[in-house]
Amino acid sequence: MENKKRYERPVVLKQFSGFMNKFGSRPTTATRTEVDGIPVNELVEKYGSPLFVISERKIRENQRRANRIFKTRYPKVQFAWSYKTNYLNAVCSIFHQEGSWAEVVSGFEYDKARSLGVKGEHIIFNGPDKDKPALRRAISEGSKIHIDHFDELYDIIEIAAELDKKAIVAIRVNMDTGIYPKWDRFGFNYENGEAKQALRRIMTSPGLKLTGLHTHIGTYMMSVDAYKLAADKMVELAGWLKKEYDHILDYIDLGGGFPSNNTLNGQYLPAEQILPTLEQFADAITTSLLELPYPKDELPVLFLETGRALIDDAAHLISTVLAMKRLSDGRRAMIIDAGVNLLFTKFWYKHQITPAQDGGMMTEETAIYGPLCMNIDVMAESITLPVMKKGDKVVIDYVGAYDMTQWMQFIQMRPNVVMIMEDKSIELVREAESLEYLATNEKLPEKLRNFKI
Amino acid sequence: MRQFEVPAYAAVSDTGFIFLGNSGETFNLNEIGKEIFDLIRLKRNTEEVFKEILENYEVDRQTFERDFEDFINRLLSYGLIKEI
Ligand SMILES: Cc1ncc(COP(=O)(O)O)c(C=O)c1O
Repeated sequence: MENKKRYERPVVLKQFSGFMNKFGSRPTTATRTEVDGIPVNELVEKYGSPLFVISERKIRENQRRANRIFKTRYPKVQFAWSYKTNYLNAVCSIFHQEGSWAEVVSGFEYDKARSLGVKGEHIIFNGPDKDKPALRRAISEGSKIHIDHFDELYDIIEIAAELDKKAIVAIRVNMDTGIYPKWDRFGFNYENGEAKQALRRIMTSPGLKLTGLHTHIGTYMMSVDAYKLAADKMVELAGWLKKEYDHILDYIDLGGGFPSNNTLNGQYLPAEQILPTLEQFADAITTSLLELPYPKDELPVLFLETGRALIDDAAHLISTVLAMKRLSDGRRAMIIDAGVNLLFTKFWYKHQITPAQDGGMMTEETAIYGPLCMNIDVMAESITLPVMKKGDKVVIDYVGAYDMTQWMQFIQMRPNVVMIMEDKSIELVREAESLEYLATNEKLPEKLRNFKI
Repeated sequence: MRQFEVPAYAAVSDTGFIFLGNSGETFNLNEIGKEIFDLIRLKRNTEEVFKEILENYEVDRQTFERDFEDFINRLLSYGLIKEI
């Protein structure tokens, strides 16, 4: 009995001569038996599968590194955590402990930041949808409101008068930074003069106090030049305000947008080989800001709303193989228990998916599908994997940004989310959903309550 | 119970490399795949193959049956074996 050999499914693979394996720069035998020092099997045994796993250590490391990079180049830097990127309370709280403010884009996110204990004055309120109750709260609590359009500007003027309180405001500016498609739907345009028009309106409104300028030029930006251009245009606007109104700004906010190390769909080379470094982005932005025609001790604070670059690589998704099968053309296919319901960024990214147990040396081209009974649920069109079987686990990397907020409760419920703390203890930070949880907000009309089939 | 044979133009190396002399196509087998292929070449029927593998590997009959079926289908579709 004990002399039996370890079993692996029998495999025959056809060799294609003439071209190298076009998918694999990584060793196909790579395995990942641990996540942040904890065995994958232990995590699944305790918390089930699929399972999101977040690393406290990695988040802190990322934020401290970003602080260091910017603060060694510019005297005053303030990060604000972009809530929509990942607004699990545990995640936001780590960023706040690291000194970051909150950047929110809806009344609900605003309330979330407040309920975590962030003061109004440490909240940046962005976005096209700020309803009147939310604006009222933000104005009375002194948060920094970044105005998106004229209708909002007039709402603020009205509410400030009503509350007899000065609203602290900035405008969001959109501009041509050489990026296609142009992001011109948020804020006031720079090139056509709309931004200055909005600034004039604010400067002549006694109920408003202009403290900053904001732009967010896009997300997963691969161009350092775009940031340089954006910063230059902000500096020009700030210079104009000084000249025209002798007005000095408290801050300039360059938004988020730095890429994470995820590789885009359709991108051939791995991300880390083609992306600029954070240092390069920081150089471009800070050299431009240092040109401001301000007295040196009155330089504005540089605000950053970096999202994905600070969190993507701090979370992983563990998933279990439900079945192996063949497609009609003989290709291998694998069904796993995590699909696009949990990994919304699948529509963007070619995530790294790594087996969590040793496989043999033999590899197969495999399509990976999620568990949904829907054709869209494709996790990988074709990936080189060792021979796998039902019950095996995989680890999907870089899932910290936009997945735990854009996930959907569709066909499956959302699973447990755990955080591996710095001391390697494990905390459940979001419990798996249940039928009761889903039913909480449903109302079944009386006449529909009974049926006979 | 089924019985297969390996055509004469299929050459197999010790490392599980197969060369089809009629088409020039090449294939690779993993270790257990090679073992099964060898058994087929020795004209063992499926029951004998099962006995051999179940005795020597840590696998239950049901799991192996499923994998074996898939493996045989691959070999057949590549023309590496024929049913007799
Ligand atoms: C206004 C604003 N700030 C910050 C972010 C965070 O962006 P990223 O995750 O690309 O850093 C976003 C997201 O698109 C945003 O809309």
